[in-house]
Amino acid sequence: MQRHQHLSLTLNGEPAEVSFAPYKTLLEVLREDLGLTGTKHGCELGECGACAVLVDGEPKLSCLVLALECEGKAIDTVEGLADGAKLHPLQAAFADLGAAQCGYCTPGILMTAKALLEKEKAPSRERIKEAISGNLCRCTGYQQIFEAIEEAAKRLGAEAAQRMNNESPR
Amino acid sequence: MKVLGKPRRRVDGRAKVTGQTRFADDIVLPRMLHMKLLRSSHPHALIESIDLEKAKAYPGVHLVLTGKDFPVTFGILPVSQDEYPLAPEHVRYVGDPLAAVVAKDEQTAAEALDLIEVRYKPLATISSPEEALSNPEPRIHAYSELGNIHRLQAFEFGDAEEALAKSDHVFEDLFFYEGNTHLPIEQHAAVAAMDGEGKLTLWSSTQVPHYVHRSLARVLQLPASHVRVIATPNGGGFGGKCDVCNHEMVVAKAAVLLGRPVKVCLNREEVFYMHRGRHPVLMKYRTGVTQDGKLTGMHLQTLVDGGGYGSYGVASTFYTGALQTVTYEMPRYKFEAARVFTNKPPCGPKRGHGTPQPRFGQEVQLDKIAEKLGMDPADLRLKNILKANALTANWLKIGSIGLAECIRQVVERSDWKRRFRKMPSGKGLGLACGSYLCGAGLPIYWNKMPQSGVQLLVDRSGQVTAFCGATEIGQGSDDVLAAIIAEVLGIDPFDIRCVTGDTGMTPVDLGSYSSRVTVMMGNAAIQAADKIRQLVAEAAGEQLGVSPERLSFANGKVFFENHSLTFAEAAGFAEEKFGTLGAVGSYRPPRSPGRYKGAGVGPSPAYSYTACVVEAEVDPATGWITVPKVWIAHDIGRTINPVLARGQVEGSVYMGLSEALMEEQVFRRLPPKLSGALVHKIPSLLEYKSLTSLDMPEVDTVLVEDPDPNCPFGAKEAGQGPLLPVMPAVANAIYDAVGVRIDELPITPDKVLRALERKGKGEQPRVGPDHFPSVPYPEPVVVPPPWEGGDGNAVRDSEKSKTKVGAA
Repeated sequence: MQRHQHLSLTLNGEPAEVSFAPYKTLLEVLREDLGLTGTKHGCELGECGACAVLVDGEPKLSCLVLALECEGKAIDTVEGLADGAKLHPLQAAFADLGAAQCGYCTPGILMTAKALLEKEKAPSRERIKEAISGNLCRCTGYQQIFEAIEEAAKRLGAEAAQRMNNESPR
Repeated sequence: MKVLGKPRRRVDGRAKVTGQTRFADDIVLPRMLHMKLLRSSHPHALIESIDLEKAKAYPGVHLVLTGKDFPVTFGILPVSQDEYPLAPEHVRYVGDPLAAVVAKDEQTAAEALDLIEVRYKPLATISSPEEALSNPEPRIHAYSELGNIHRLQAFEFGDAEEALAKSDHVFEDLFFYEGNTHLPIEQHAAVAAMDGEGKLTLWSSTQVPHYVHRSLARVLQLPASHVRVIATPNGGGFGGKCDVCNHEMVVAKAAVLLGRPVKVCLNREEVFYMHRGRHPVLMKYRTGVTQDGKLTGMHLQTLVDGGGYGSYGVASTFYTGALQTVTYEMPRYKFEAARVFTNKPPCGPKRGHGTPQPRFGQEVQLDKIAEKLGMDPADLRLKNILKANALTANWLKIGSIGLAECIRQVVERSDWKRRFRKMPSGKGLGLACGSYLCGAGLPIYWNKMPQSGVQLLVDRSGQVTAFCGATEIGQGSDDVLAAIIAEVLGIDPFDIRCVTGDTGMTPVDLGSYSSRVTVMMGNAAIQAADKIRQLVAEAAGEQLGVSPERLSFANGKVFFENHSLTFAEAAGFAEEKFGTLGAVGSYRPPRSPGRYKGAGVGPSPAYSYTACVVEAEVDPATGWITVPKVWIAHDIGRTINPVLARGQVEGSVYMGLSEALMEEQVFRRLPPKLSGALVHKIPSLLEYKSLTSLDMPEVDTVLVEDPDPNCPFGAKEAGQGPLLPVMPAVANAIYDAVGVRIDELPITPDKVLRALERKGKGEQPRVGPDHFPSVPYPEPVVVPPPWEGGDGNAVRDSEKSKTKVGAA
């Protein structure tokens, strides 16, 4: 009897296949079967947000998603956030502005913030607070996280403007 | 200063934002097995029998362990060696571990746990300090001092009663601070493995690898040289990973027996039950004051609910009184404390260790005093602040005090003078202060060795590797280490490699607790780096034809005027001249002047100071409390990295608000048919309420720099002190907003409503404890304060005060 399930998905932009015990959550398959330990766990009950990843671009708590449900889906984790060796503006801002202290909640917040900034180019402080309200951080008091997300939005905006300039026919 | 004081990415920042920081549970080793612990379902019982047969026979199970496999006890304090890795016959709280299963995976281990059959003989349960005081039997621990009273302490520094009698006013107040827990987002995890030489390595999310190393060797009866403990970066500590833990002992034993790597990761519920968090403390303050607002003396009594084991409790209990003298001038002081055992998860050190509870009481009482005397609470505090370099009534030596400037900063920035007592009903401001240690003066076990050591390796390539036992728990200890060495050697902190928290590779550092790392590791690092600098300067001076003392080290260069070498070139010449380059530095705090038994808790190389103003809004219809803004100023001595320092302060504000408004570790009884067990009311992150991003107010943070001569470049702590004034400032702001006193934490809407109701009926507008039980405190140790002719020795010793304890 074949005990393991087999799954094909797009993982951080690359095709991937994995086999795993059918009861496992996406979080467990990422960490234990795909070796991507950047995604963290804090409760396994959907309470802390440490396990947030993007499923087809939407932030999801991977501890509440069965891996079986992910056939053919695009999964993005913190490991795929940087562009090669170049940090994503969110990562750079988090590192520069003290938004990561112990760093344990950081991957989940980074992915949640990425989804926010893809929808809204310049979110207000209130929108940022709302977007990450499901991600608990015990270290920072959140101020530096808010500031880092705002700074990343600015850097992304500047990068986009730069690209527009470069691409313009003149 | 080239490096210190400048905002900068932390040296380990990149790893943290790329998911590359390797926490304990991220470690995966070939042939690794998984362990789960069976925990007691009874709060207090004797184990009659444990049937392991079905669990042992379950497919995929490799090993089942019980208390029989662990004859040696352990405990973090030498005076409280009261825990077994697995309880052999007596369980003392729901969650007390008594058996372990090691299996091919976590799922199998969990399934096999259900097959273990335990027969308990339930014992009567002690659920509160009052019950502990009135029920000496059944004894939770045979070694407790009196019945179920774990420890009794009493000290008198001058005749406090006489001081109170001569005071214009005596204020008597009761306060209660409910217990709460650390809630690090990373659950405790550990991996144990035997290396190729047959020696044990344990990777663990611990704040104290050195103490774990000592305990493992003793409990497993292995030579310490065959045990290596590596503290993985902690995903938050806050004191919750300061204890030596059952799971660390058991997983290590399993790896030794099986010869295979074994991992254990606690689940969230287990972390709540393991606890070691904030002790619930009932307090009685009697404080004397003159008509013009000078404090004359204080008598403080505390009753501390310890839970089922000793943990750090003896030290925690001392701390409920040791630091009441380091903020304001206190001519005479009497302190009595008792810690009791109850059948609940053991309490231990949480951020502020034993001091947030009495700080809450003291600062709220000062608010009441100011009101009664018609004074501004900020002026009352400014009038009483201790002088720099003071010696306190209980013989603590103070260094720099930047508190007056901290108070001025928050008063000015919050527009205090114009707004306090003048805001519309429902809105208010509250002010409070705090002080904390920069490292406990004594180690946990008595010894005269260094409390922190740093070793440097430098070579011709210019690379510098720093080895230190200090433990990175998120606070940035690696960054402090790199920054201080970089400052001395004039190089970039990113050019230094930090190897830390590894008992097999690094000099001993006692761990990340008591806010000790910056001061102790920093001083050791300066000493080591200075030695390297001297060698490099001598060789470089020779090459440049300049006397070594004229050389500067900065921006990666060793230079005088336009003569210069790169640091790497200079290091090469030094290697040529002196051979392989290395240096060590070590640090031990100065001896404290107190000589009485019990003087070991409270001394520190320096003290940090904080002032805080909280703005609160209270809805009188619902009791709902909103905090729109917090102003905080912290005397940090000198800032090493302002990005990290601000993060420590704001993280403290967050945790303080959360403790003030909602966090509580409380218990409920199951019905008799379910054994009447005393279980955690809310062992989940969803139900144990803590502040989220939506609840967090704006924080205005000021770092005040009053350098302390005992500290590296003057730098004091920032990790714990800033928490202390937040809770009382919230309580004081609520009083300013709606005129009710909530003398217990957390301050929840129902308590505010109850107090408002009382106010409406013309009763005392207060919610808080109204009774302090009779506690058989011993005759006090009598120590005259310095200004009454004392020399730091007791003139009368208490029978009870015979044990020498270290501090934490």
